[in-house]
Amino acid sequence: MTALAWLIPSALFLGSLGLAAFLWALKTNQFEDLDGAAWRALQDEETAPLREVHRPTAAE
Amino acid sequence: MAQVLTEAAPHETAAAGSSQGNSACESTTLVVENMHCGGCMRKVEKALAEFPGVISARANLSARRVTVTSSKGRVTTDDLVDVLGKAGYKAAPLLEDAASDKSADKEFLRRVGVAGFAAMNIMLLSVAVWSGQAGDMEKSVQTLFHWISALIALPAVAYAGQPFFRSAMQALRSRRLNMDVPISLAVTLATAMSLFQTIRGSEHVYFDAAVSLLFFLLIGRFLDQSMRTRAAGAAANLLGLRGSTATVLFPDGSTERLSARALTPGMRILVATGERIGADGKIVEGRGAIDESLITGEAEPVTAEPGRQVFAGTLNMGAPLVIEATATNESTLLAEIGRLMTAAEQGRGRYVRLADRAASYYAPAVHSLGLMTFVGWLIMGHGWEPALTAAISVLIITCPCALALAVPAVQVAATSRLFGRGVIVKAADGLERLAETDTIVFDKTGTLTLGEPRLIEPQSCSDDLLIRAAALAAASRHPYARAVVREARERGLKPVAATDVREVSGAGLARQTEAGEERLGSAVWCGVGEQGDAATLWYKPADGDPVALRFEDQLRPDAAEVIAQLKRAGYAVELLSGDRPGAVEAAAREAGIDHWQARQNPAEKIARLEALKAAGRKVLMVGDGLNDAPALAAAHASMSPSTAADVSQTTADLVFQGERLGAVVEALGVAKSARRMALQNFGLSLGYNAIFVPLAVAGYATPLIAAIAMSSSSIAVTANAVRLRSKRVKV
Repeated sequence: MTALAWLIPSALFLGSLGLAAFLWALKTNQFEDLDGAAWRALQDEETAPLREVHRPTAAE
Repeated sequence: MAQVLTEAAPHETAAAGSSQGNSACESTTLVVENMHCGGCMRKVEKALAEFPGVISARANLSARRVTVTSSKGRVTTDDLVDVLGKAGYKAAPLLEDAASDKSADKEFLRRVGVAGFAAMNIMLLSVAVWSGQAGDMEKSVQTLFHWISALIALPAVAYAGQPFFRSAMQALRSRRLNMDVPISLAVTLATAMSLFQTIRGSEHVYFDAAVSLLFFLLIGRFLDQSMRTRAAGAAANLLGLRGSTATVLFPDGSTERLSARALTPGMRILVATGERIGADGKIVEGRGAIDESLITGEAEPVTAEPGRQVFAGTLNMGAPLVIEATATNESTLLAEIGRLMTAAEQGRGRYVRLADRAASYYAPAVHSLGLMTFVGWLIMGHGWEPALTAAISVLIITCPCALALAVPAVQVAATSRLFGRGVIVKAADGLERLAETDTIVFDKTGTLTLGEPRLIEPQSCSDDLLIRAAALAAASRHPYARAVVREARERGLKPVAATDVREVSGAGLARQTEAGEERLGSAVWCGVGEQGDAATLWYKPADGDPVALRFEDQLRPDAAEVIAQLKRAGYAVELLSGDRPGAVEAAAREAGIDHWQARQNPAEKIARLEALKAAGRKVLMVGDGLNDAPALAAAHASMSPSTAADVSQTTADLVFQGERLGAVVEALGVAKSARRMALQNFGLSLGYNAIFVPLAVAGYATPLIAAIAMSSSSIAVTANAVRLRSKRVKV
């Protein structure tokens, strides 16, 4: 039964890792555009990431 | 007052590489109608990003929107719409109050995640305990497992159960019972009793049941909520694309596009040909024709001249007009319609949803069953503790998990099926009310008909003549001119737009050819003399006599078929229109509607609906005009085409897209199937109760049985609801 002493904590730890990953994904809007994300994976060019980042324009 | 969704944001990450230094940037959200795939998405983003002043553009394909971040003050919304227009995309700014609120969705999803994590881990421990009961698990290990479960379950229930607890409290405070009352009671009691049993070191602990119950229910609630957010987003997109903006002409001659809502009395508004007028007002400059069908239902355009009163929502069919907005006080048409709508909506506020009606019977029944079990066990002399345990296990088993999922699961399946077919269900209880209707009242212009002019008596105009007329017409945005071009295309002709066309506002088009001048426009313009028939366009070729092209608003292609189908299914069908009797009678005859009334104003339409209601009818109103909006609010259920006036679309329970009226049949069919299925699901979950409640009353409801009963009944009702997505439906 001593195995339980580390098996249960590690099971809970792994589970909470999964939960943390889910909550992070939710917080950073990963589920915002499921259709678009599927297409973006196939595009060669870089597209603007989720948070607005500067992209030089012709005028600048 | 800036009505376009524009928010100034600090120039954070962009500052590093920007020549603007620390200046602020602003973001604008546009609706892009025809963005359908990844390729479109890239083109949209690229076109916008290449425009000077734009810092970044991020498209959202699911929402059909694009958010543009730009240096403050360098880019106007019109620029962005133009850029997309040139790239081949129809875009429009999103109205401020239409910004969808996704925080509720996220909130639910976060709770689903937490409940799911807790349910899985507790189930893991519970399975070990259950199998341990058959084997040689020591008592101390079992208690340890129960304590770990308790540590996971208590915070999880406290967090994930909040939506249910809150809703139950609200219901109790207003002295009602809803489904959340028995749910909250069962979850709280199960958790409390399990904690008590854990402290005592007893075998029967229900943490797994309590948490997985919350998990299932939260999934149902989340799907329901996200479907509604999606519908609200789609409806907002439609309104944005309908373009309720106006070009304001300032005294210094400058112009600016503003949302119709930002207009104030006294402003001068420029209304281009083919544009809708944004406010009630008086014509200051310009002559032409105005299509007032959205207000009056009258298909024939009226003459516009300086001094004439015009209404918001009407379409300028002639030359550009300048309008002075009049005071938006209580006497305007919009205010009058608003008052009628508020009054009409009050009658509908008392509708009680199917699930809540079921709860009002179910909750008292199970609560008294629990009490009877407690008293029964006491009478039989078992002592208060086993009696309480049995009573609580009855409440846990009867917890309406499946019952609470029965309706949302069906709703989600039905709503997403309709969504895929271009019908947006806006009201949460819209489908339930739709399923109860037995009478359908149609409006004529724009609802039963397409609301756009089509050439009639096509044989009066030869192909050769038509192609030459279309070459002229292609230069104009006038609805009749566009109808000429459309007719030519439909005949398989390929009109080439003439280049040297001169447009004379309020009169027509002219072009100099080798053989002489040819003209397209009003009767006077073509030298025929005043004919008093605005629905006619004349074409005068260079070398011949003028030819009349008559137009009429035609029925939707499947209108007659849909009406026949509805009548066969036993619905009473009526036509209420603001148009003149002749036109209404013709449309009614062609569509096959026996009961029609013409020249109905908004108040008369409501009066007719009230009369039907008094006769015990439940009415579905299908209408599009501003004059229909109060009737849409007064009817038991309502539908609008997506071409309808803003107010009507906002009021209607369902909005359908496309030319086909068949959407009404589909929506009715799905609504009825959904109702049948919800009842089936109630039956299924009551069946489960019939099996397991006697076990609970007799004290045999172990945690294992509770877990099996709950999960399997929830899965059964959900699986049943999913069938609706592919099922054949009929009215």
